[in-house]
This record gives sequence, C-alpha cells and structure tokens, in this order.
Amino acid sequence: MTPELGHFSLILASVVGLILAVFPLWGTINHNVAWQSLARPAAVMQFILVAFSFACLAASFLNNDFSVAYIAQHSNSLLPRPYQFAAVWGGHEGSLLLWILLLSGWACAVAFFSRSLPLDMVARVLGVLGCIAVGFMLFILTTSNPFNRIFPTPADGRDLNPLLQDPGLVIHPPMLYMGYVGMSVAFAFAIAALLSGRLDAAWARWSRPWTVIAWTFLTFGIGLGSWWAYYELGWGGWWFWDPVENASLLPWLVGTALIHSLMVTEKRGSFKAWTVLLAIAAFSLSLLGTFLVRSGVLTSVHAFASDPSRGIFILIFLAVVVGGSLTLFSWRAPQVTLGGQMGVVSRESFMLANSVLLVVATGAVLLGTLYPLIIDALNLGKLSVGPPYFNLVFAPLMVPLLFILVPGTVAQWREAQLKTIFNKLRYLAVAALVSANALTIYLGPWTWTTALGFFLGLWVGLSSLQHMVERVRKPGRIGGSFWGMHMAHFGLAVLVMGITGVKSYEVERDVRIGIEDVVTIAPYTFKLMGMQDVMGPNYKAQEAEVHIQKNGVYIKTLRPQKRRYFSSAMPMTEAAIDTGFMRDLYVSLGDPIPGERPEWSMRVYYKPFVPWMWAGILMMVAGGLLAALDRRYRKSTHDTQK
Amino acid sequence: MTLKNKFLIPLILFFVLVGFLAVGLKRDPHEIPSPLINKAAPAFELPTLSGDQIFSPADYKGKVWLLNVWATWCVSCREEHPVLVAFTQQYHIPVVGLSYKEIQPQETQLNQLPTDKKLQLARQRSQLFLNRLGNPYVLSVLDMDGRVGIQYGVYGVPETYVIDQQGIIRYKHVGPVTPDLIDKKLLPLLRQLEKT
Amino acid sequence: MKRIIGALVFTFVFSNALYAREAHPYSEDPVVEARLLVLADELRCLVCQNESLASSRSELADDLRREVRDLIRQGKTDNQIKTFLVERYGDFVLYRPEVKPITWILWFGPFLLLLIAMWSLWRYLRMRRDALLQHQQAKAQSIENPITPQD
Repeated sequence: MTPELGHFSLILASVVGLILAVFPLWGTINHNVAWQSLARPAAVMQFILVAFSFACLAASFLNNDFSVAYIAQHSNSLLPRPYQFAAVWGGHEGSLLLWILLLSGWACAVAFFSRSLPLDMVARVLGVLGCIAVGFMLFILTTSNPFNRIFPTPADGRDLNPLLQDPGLVIHPPMLYMGYVGMSVAFAFAIAALLSGRLDAAWARWSRPWTVIAWTFLTFGIGLGSWWAYYELGWGGWWFWDPVENASLLPWLVGTALIHSLMVTEKRGSFKAWTVLLAIAAFSLSLLGTFLVRSGVLTSVHAFASDPSRGIFILIFLAVVVGGSLTLFSWRAPQVTLGGQMGVVSRESFMLANSVLLVVATGAVLLGTLYPLIIDALNLGKLSVGPPYFNLVFAPLMVPLLFILVPGTVAQWREAQLKTIFNKLRYLAVAALVSANALTIYLGPWTWTTALGFFLGLWVGLSSLQHMVERVRKPGRIGGSFWGMHMAHFGLAVLVMGITGVKSYEVERDVRIGIEDVVTIAPYTFKLMGMQDVMGPNYKAQEAEVHIQKNGVYIKTLRPQKRRYFSSAMPMTEAAIDTGFMRDLYVSLGDPIPGERPEWSMRVYYKPFVPWMWAGILMMVAGGLLAALDRRYRKSTHDTQK
Repeated sequence: MTLKNKFLIPLILFFVLVGFLAVGLKRDPHEIPSPLINKAAPAFELPTLSGDQIFSPADYKGKVWLLNVWATWCVSCREEHPVLVAFTQQYHIPVVGLSYKEIQPQETQLNQLPTDKKLQLARQRSQLFLNRLGNPYVLSVLDMDGRVGIQYGVYGVPETYVIDQQGIIRYKHVGPVTPDLIDKKLLPLLRQLEKT
Repeated sequence: MKRIIGALVFTFVFSNALYAREAHPYSEDPVVEARLLVLADELRCLVCQNESLASSRSELADDLRREVRDLIRQGKTDNQIKTFLVERYGDFVLYRPEVKPITWILWFGPFLLLLIAMWSLWRYLRMRRDALLQHQQAKAQSIENPITPQD
C-alpha cells in the first residue's frame, strides 16, 4: 500500500508542479495578480507531496518491502538500518526522487524567504523552478519509477553495493545534490530577470545568498566525495578525473565564477550579461552532469545503470531548458546597459580576469571529458582521456588564477594603480617566495613545481590573514561577507598547500608481510602483529593488527580489513588510517599469499599534508556559510529600488 | 528586438554539443575496435586439444577461416556455441578454437600443478565440454596464460576473428556470435573473400 | 642482581627487534615495479569502468601488467611499450592521448581558448576604459561649458 501511496503522491505533485509552472508565469504576462499569487502556495504544496512520496519510499525500504523492484535491487534484510535508509538514493530511480525532493525543497524555501521580492519576480522564479520540477517528475514517472512492483516477491534483496555501505553514502549524495539543485535557484533568478527585462543590481542582491548557499553545499559534497574515495577505495587516491567527478566539478568552477560575478554586479552594476550567462551555465552543467551520469554515453565507475531511453528523455529536457534559456539570453542580453565605469586596472578587471580563467578551466575539463564521445560520434575511432591529460591542462590554468586572486582583493574599485597594488603586496610576495622555497628545501629535494605550489598557497593564505588582521584593528562591525570571503580564500590556500604537499612527498610501499614483519617509512615503522577473523552484520572479514611506531615509540594500532560480503562475490578492502595534523598513515590489506610462511600482501602509505586538503575544503565551506548568513540578507529589506 | 551576433554564440555552441550527445547515445562506449583489422594475424605456436600437434596460423595460409576465442567457464560462450555448431554444419568454413585461460587464476591449487599436468587438465575440461555441447572446431588450441590472447588484443571472451588466405585479419567481433551477425556481417564478408 | 636483570631485559627487548624482519617488497624486482607503476598509471584497464592499469584488480589487468613487466625487463622504453599495447588494443588503452592531428583540438584547444579569452578580455577592458575616458571628458566639458537654456 505504501509504495502506491508514494506513487500517487508523486503524480499529484507533478500536477501541482504543472500548475506552478504554468499559471504564475502566465500571470506575469497578462498581469493577473491572482495567478501570480498561486506561486508560493503551489511551491509549498509541491514540496509536501514530494516529501510524502519520498517518505513512503523510505518507509518501504525500512520495512524490507522486497515486492518493490527498486528495493529488491538495492537493499537486503541484513543491511544495517542507516544504510537501509541511505539505500533510497543508492540507485538511479531513488536518487532522482532525492533530486526532486531537494528541488521542491529549495523552491519551498524561496517561497518562504522572499518577502522582500516583488510578487511578479517571485512568480517568475518559482514558475521556472516549477518547469524544471515537472520535467524531472515526468522523467521519473515515465522512465524511472522507484515504486514499480516485482512479481514474484523475492525472499530477500540483492543488497546494496558494498562500496556504498559506508557513512559517506549517507551524506555525500544529499550534499552534492543540494549543490547541483541549488544552482537551479540562481538559474531561475536569471531567467526571471531576463523575462522581466529587469537586469539590475537588485536582481544580483536577491540571487546572491541562494547561490552562495548552493555553492557551499556543492563544495562540501565534492569534498566529501573525494574524502570518501580516499578512505574507501583502498589505494589513497582522491581525484581521478572520472567523468562523473568532472560532472560535479564543472558546475562548481562556474559556480565559483558566478558568486564572484554576482558580487560585482551587485556592487557596481557591471557584468550583468556575463553574470546571467554564468547562472545559466552553472545549472546547465548540472543538467549536463545528470545526463552524462545516467545515459550511458560515458564509462565511469560512478555511472548508474544506463538505459538509452532515459538518455533520450534527459537530452530532450536539456535541449529545451538550456536551449530555451540561451535563446532568451541572446534576445534580451543586447538590451542590457553597461554598468559602472571601470578602468583597465581595477578590482573589477581582476575579478573578470579570474572569472574568465575559471570559465576557460571549465571549458578545458569539459573538452577532455567529452572528447572521446566526440571522436566516437564522428566515427574516428575510440580513444581515452585520463588523469595525465587533465593534470597537465588544469594545473597551469590554476596558477594565474591563484596569483591574480590576491591583487584582486587589494585593488580599488573602478580605477586602481598597478604601482599602489605593487607597493601593498611586495612584502607579502617576498615573504611567500622565501617561505615557500625554505619549506620545499626543508621537506625534500627542491623542485620548481613544489616550490610554485607552496608559493601560491602561501601567497593566498598569508594575504587572507593579512586582510583579516588589518581589518580587525580598524573600528566598526565586520560583516559575515568579509569573514566568509577571507575564510574561503584561506581555505583554498590550505587546500593548495595540501595538494602540493601530498603530490610532492607521498610514499607508497607495496609489500609481502608476515607476522612480526616490519615496514619502514622513516621515521615510522609498521609491524604486523597478527591476523584474526571478524564477523560483521552482513560480512565476514580478515583483520590485521598493525602497530605503528614513530622513532621507536609506539603510537597507534591500525586494523585494516579485507571483507567478504555475503551478498556479493566482490572482496572489499577497508583501509585503516591514522590521521595527524601533518600527515595520514594509511594501511591497506591485500590477499593472503600462498607459501610456506603465512604472508599477506599489504600496502602502506605515508601521505603528508592530506589532512590539510580536507581542512582547506571545510574552511571553504565555513567561509561560504559565513558569507551567506551575512546580516543584510537576514534583515527584512523592503527594497524596490532599481 | 535585435539579435547581436556575439550573444548567439553560447546557443550555437550548445546545439553543436547536443548534436554530439545525441549521436553518442547510439554508441557503445565499452566497445573497443581492433587495430589489427587488415593487419597480419599475429603468429603463434600452440598445442592442440587432440594430440601433441602444434598449430600455427601459417598452417592455414590459402584458406579463409575463423578464429574463435572461448573457454568452458565463459557463460556467453555457451550461448554462442550452438550457433557456431550450426554454422559449421551448414557452411564449410574452418573454425579454429582458441581456448583462453581455461585454468583460471582463482583456481589457486590447480595453478600450482606442473605445466604438463595443467595442460592435460585443460584439455580434459575442454574436450568434455565439446563432447557434451557439440564441436564446431576443426581443431582447438590452448592458450593457457593468455599471452596469445594479448597478441590478438583479446579483452573479453568470446571473440571471433575472420582471417583470409594471406593470413590477414579482416574482421573482429566481440561478444557471442548470433545468427543475425552471421547473416548480416560474416557471410557477406566470407563470400567476398572466397572470390579473390 | 639489578645488572643481571637489566641485561636480561636488554637482551629480551633487543632480541625482539632482531626477530622483526623487514617485509619484502611485493614484487621481486622493485626497480622494474617502480617503472611499471608510473607506466601503468597512464594505461587504461580495458575491461573496467574507467580504471587505470595500476589500480585495477581485474584478470586482464594482471595479465597486461605481467606483459609490461616482461617488456620492461627486455629493456624496452616507455614509448615502445605503449606502442606495443596500442598496436593490439588501439588508442583506447592510453590515458594520455598521443599528440596527432586527431587530438590537436584536445591538446591545443584549452590553450587556444585561453588566448581567445585573454584577447576578448583585453578588448572588453579597452572598450570600458574608452567609455570611462569619454565619460570623464564629457564631464570636464560640461563643467567648462554649462549648458544654459537658450530658447
């Protein structure tokens, strides 16, 4: 009964969504205030219905209702409770339901927190969100229904993929989707502005907090995914330039450009057309990502089971939404007036330069991701584009970006002098250069890539600290925007230091180890004390006990496992990690090696600076939150000024 | 209402992209075309199933023949087996079987046997299979460690190659042979090759 | 007495250390293995869903790694090994596409895009600067010659 209720609720939600999509927008054309007023209640109603539908699916999972095909494929009675809940989004159909839950949630939030907006804007924004919602709900109902039943009812489910049975699954997709879906709000605001013909600073101010929150979630989601891969997959990698990973990075890069561009548009009224285009691009890339992941056109470890009919639907949806918005853009953008004056050297121009660099980086990653598909489509063969390409192309683009970031925060608005900027920054530059080289030489053989990486990290990091210290000395309240910006930039600097450090100094040892044997990565030694069998709720594991010593002094015991889940033949490695301030010690257990003496294959990693990567990302997330929660967004402003 | 050129650029680029994506939907990203087409079939010398014969592709110069990569543990091979048997009964094209890694790596105890015992075991298993399900092969060779497979660019089982009189590979099919494939691709090609 | 106990403890602790042997590298030849790792990072596992030859645990990956090890021992260069694999499996097996006409757009595209972007940016900033200059000139003029209503 519950699945049917859920299904029915979803159908009702799509009807409400249709109302939301049609009437308020129409109401703005024929100036019908009653129809425009439908927007808010419709958005709220839509959310309630979708949430109920989601709750029904979740309840069915928790009740082990294996008569539902989707549940039979992705769950199991032995699966621990939290994973039974998270399994709701463990597969294609359920994850789409999560998508639409979050989309209707965002729309509902906009309905509540938009008191200061004129009604026709609210009508347009919610109307656009309604259009997108209807599209997705139709997609779910026609091609990807999670509520379909299966006859005969299997005795038990096939179980959730063991790789997904991890706390990471519980939070990574929801956070990531909050980001992806959140970009739709910026998109809706942009379309609303284009439709109304009112492209001004006010639109930018309304859009900004929503966009920053979405960006924050996206940053968190990508960071979580990277961290999850790092500890779950067992060989210490954290970014593979896999198409699905790239699909999340692309909206993030454009989203970063967008939040900065929105800031300039709000402050100076400049870059309006560029900002609108970025807003359209960010969400378009979210949709493109959805297409790439679910259509089967690209090979990826993360891809859902593919089905060309689903691919066709998403592609048509993508063509209509993005094609429509770009057409609207090409029609309205020429009418946009130029904003405030700006010189060739000015804070605006620095920010524009970085905005452009981010877009070029996006283009490069997009090109690399789609190139195999393009070559194949042209019948020119099959080739692969992997990490060697992306690393070679992406890193050089980040160098000027990180460098320009600092003068961008120092330059005056409108017109700035290079000489003034240079004078302000010269001590910082020297400090960063000297400390970067000193650090590189201290930690190991000097290479220019390491020194450059450390320099850029210190350049941005020290600059943020300098800004914060200088500002605190001055009187007056300091807003969330200020702290947010510098916290986020500082976090970026820490991330850059982390990446530089781990790439330059990581050590891997691949060994055959017996009881009482030792692996040495100075100053640490890893000693295998023993092996035992361990039982889990739905798996059986071999567990190693590894004692770590630093300089001869015992510091920690790690217990890596090799698990065999009952439901799948795939053996899974559970790495054991000891995290410190400056490094991770990572041990991954392999298979037993046949021979006279009992031995196992084991991988031991020394990963310096890895904790800095996660810390940096968390700081960026904190910065985003601080900026979004700035007082002036929370005050109710009755502002109808253009 | 004027449409300035430059603002149309994103839209145009987008539709080019959609075009590619649409075509991409019809392609299979897992399928890898073989670079060995129209190149000489790599030489090898492998023991045969039946006796102490050694077979080499050079032995079949002057003939048009098929090389079919298979194994008893391969599920898809069982699907295509009856099709192959029917094919060889109807048309008299020699099909040479290449038994690929019959003793699998996960059979650790068997892998510790001496080489000749392993070979014998592999022969027994394959012969049993062919006795039960029919033998489409004029002869079958054993690639115990998969090295010959690598020379031929084998990445999955089953795979089938069409080799002409000069010993040039003319066609490769990955996956089970189906009646449809035989009618649409194999037979026309074989007829064409026989004419020369 | 204390000395004897001390000596016994000392021996015990040290004999433990004497028994702790260094684990052997997994492969027989670490030099070859190191080269394999670097090379295998650039090669694709053909049967996996986008994994490198270095990280894949599939059977074919094991076989291909064995093959590459053999080639390394035979003294082949990295390029020769890559060519060996491409001859049998096609360009698909390389994660770093070769630079040839068909991949020129891939390799030079981002750089070209950067140049176009920088050029467009420069043009745009010049345009804005000219607009700013015009604005300033107009302002200066209107101060010198205030427009007085005539009619």
